[in-house]
Amino acid sequence: MLGYVARRLLAAVPIALGVSVVCFALVHLAPGDPVQTLLPPDADAATVARLRELYGLDRPLPVQYAAWLGRVLAGDLGRSIATGRPVAEEIRRSLGNTVLLAGLSVLLAFSLAFVLGTVAGRWRGGWLDRLVTGVAVLGVSVPNYWLGIVLVIVFAVELMALPASGMAGDAFDPTSWDHLRHLVLPVVTLSMIPVGIIARTTRSAVSEAMNQEYVTTLRANGLPEWRVLRHVLKNAMPPVLAVMGLQFGTLMGGSILVETVFSWPGSGFLLSKAILARDVPVLQGTILVLAMIFVVTNLTVDLVQSSLDPRIRRA
Amino acid sequence: MSATAAHPPSAPVMAGPRQRGYWGNVAHRLRYDPVSLVFGALLILIVLAVAFAPLLAPFDPYQESIVRRLKPPGYQGRYLLGTDELGRDMLSRLLYGGRVTLLMGMLPVLVATLVGGGLGVLAGFAGGLINTLIMRTMDVFYAFPSVLLAVAISGAMGGGIVNGMIALTLVFVPPLCRIAETATTQVRNLDFVDAARATGAPLRLVLTHHVLGNVLGPILIYASSLVSVGIILASGLSFLGLGVKPPVPDWGLMLNALRQAIYVEPLICALPGIAILLTSMSMNMVSDGLRAAMDVRS
Repeated sequence: MLGYVARRLLAAVPIALGVSVVCFALVHLAPGDPVQTLLPPDADAATVARLRELYGLDRPLPVQYAAWLGRVLAGDLGRSIATGRPVAEEIRRSLGNTVLLAGLSVLLAFSLAFVLGTVAGRWRGGWLDRLVTGVAVLGVSVPNYWLGIVLVIVFAVELMALPASGMAGDAFDPTSWDHLRHLVLPVVTLSMIPVGIIARTTRSAVSEAMNQEYVTTLRANGLPEWRVLRHVLKNAMPPVLAVMGLQFGTLMGGSILVETVFSWPGSGFLLSKAILARDVPVLQGTILVLAMIFVVTNLTVDLVQSSLDPRIRRA
Repeated sequence: MSATAAHPPSAPVMAGPRQRGYWGNVAHRLRYDPVSLVFGALLILIVLAVAFAPLLAPFDPYQESIVRRLKPPGYQGRYLLGTDELGRDMLSRLLYGGRVTLLMGMLPVLVATLVGGGLGVLAGFAGGLINTLIMRTMDVFYAFPSVLLAVAISGAMGGGIVNGMIALTLVFVPPLCRIAETATTQVRNLDFVDAARATGAPLRLVLTHHVLGNVLGPILIYASSLVSVGIILASGLSFLGLGVKPPVPDWGLMLNALRQAIYVEPLICALPGIAILLTSMSMNMVSDGLRAAMDVRS
């Protein structure tokens, strides 16, 4: 087990480095000189050259990358062009809100999808299965930014039952009724895609487990059907848990559209504002942090799964 | 329903399922799958309607009017789906808007299928160092959630249709490459490929006949399932302001522009999203149907 953990950790290092190269390259994808975005358009050539030197932009790219990576590892992601504040601070302030949103969405999705997927997989081919499969396809086909708007129209505009956007404060307070009310629509919206994906995974895992020989043995031994199902679910669990973990990482990086619809003060909304303001340091820093979270989540899922199922370690 | 329709004219009339051939079997199974057929028809209808937008659109999609802003569907009996926030006919804008959305959603999948599929087959067939180089590079792009990668690249490049399509292509290359690589590696290790090479079949023939013939199916099925993601992501980019620029109609951009009007005419605001949903849903159902029909084991 220790050897496996060490191997997986080592394998993650080059990926993390690759991710940092991509994030570094993002700045150079931007049209024109990076300095141009910092200066007024009528700046003279001497000023441009001075600034290039100041930012080290006159040095070769590998040197620039090494210097940049050194600063990033020390926790310095540069300063926001729009607000002048350190990018790391902006991200720290918003990240918790995205973790909250993504975490609750995955939990909601799991509790819904696990029941749906189990029912579909247990009675595969029946009308319940068709219904669940239909719901799952709908879940992954709905553009969630549109679903968010529709939910706002129904629950905020027409019924006036829930707030349309924002978080009702700077720091989330779980005891505040108003804060919880602001969470409902974004969480439901963001959970739609994972519901579809987790339900599909559960369905195939359960129906595969139902075909195993031990099910026949259990039934032949006269075990009641609900206890047979308990054995089946235990065996179907690992892949479902893995998908659930992966979905958390995906939502962390993929909540940008839903956060924009609900003006939810998370890192996705920060990114979306940075894009509109052409605030490249914030764009770069946010993407780096979210991608790293995705890498770490995937690694964690991998390790947890292998500790649950020894067969994976041997593969 | 005669069995001859799926055959070339020379095929025997009394052919049983065994003589039909692989693609004949696929077509046969699809014909008895009403769900896939209905959604397939819907998809064709949408693509045709969008392609012939200039003939079908009742009004100029850019024609603004201050007096008929945000009118409900059926306004004056002429504006079937109402008008948007600048008084432009919604039906015409939806028809024209689909052109950008479908192009932005489908072309990247097509390019990525060629590039990613090609790289994957190369990696799987060559093995060794080439495999390691290609697949480890893909792993890096795999380390980004797809929405984030699309937003990152097109955001850094400054938005626009072309940049958006480049970003989406880069999002779709890694998964397609991985599918192609897995399928190729599996096929390469089968006995009939060794047999073909041992009997002196030229490499080109082994690749096109034995490898591609077995790998193309999984790649195409996977690519078809990506089209729906492509359409949703493309509209998402436009929604964030990274796709087309106003006043060009696009489903994602329309959805964003109409967000301000949810208190005035909520139904109009939901329309572009319904168009996206219908298209991506049909594409998903067709893709699922194809997957089932092409699965040899079933």
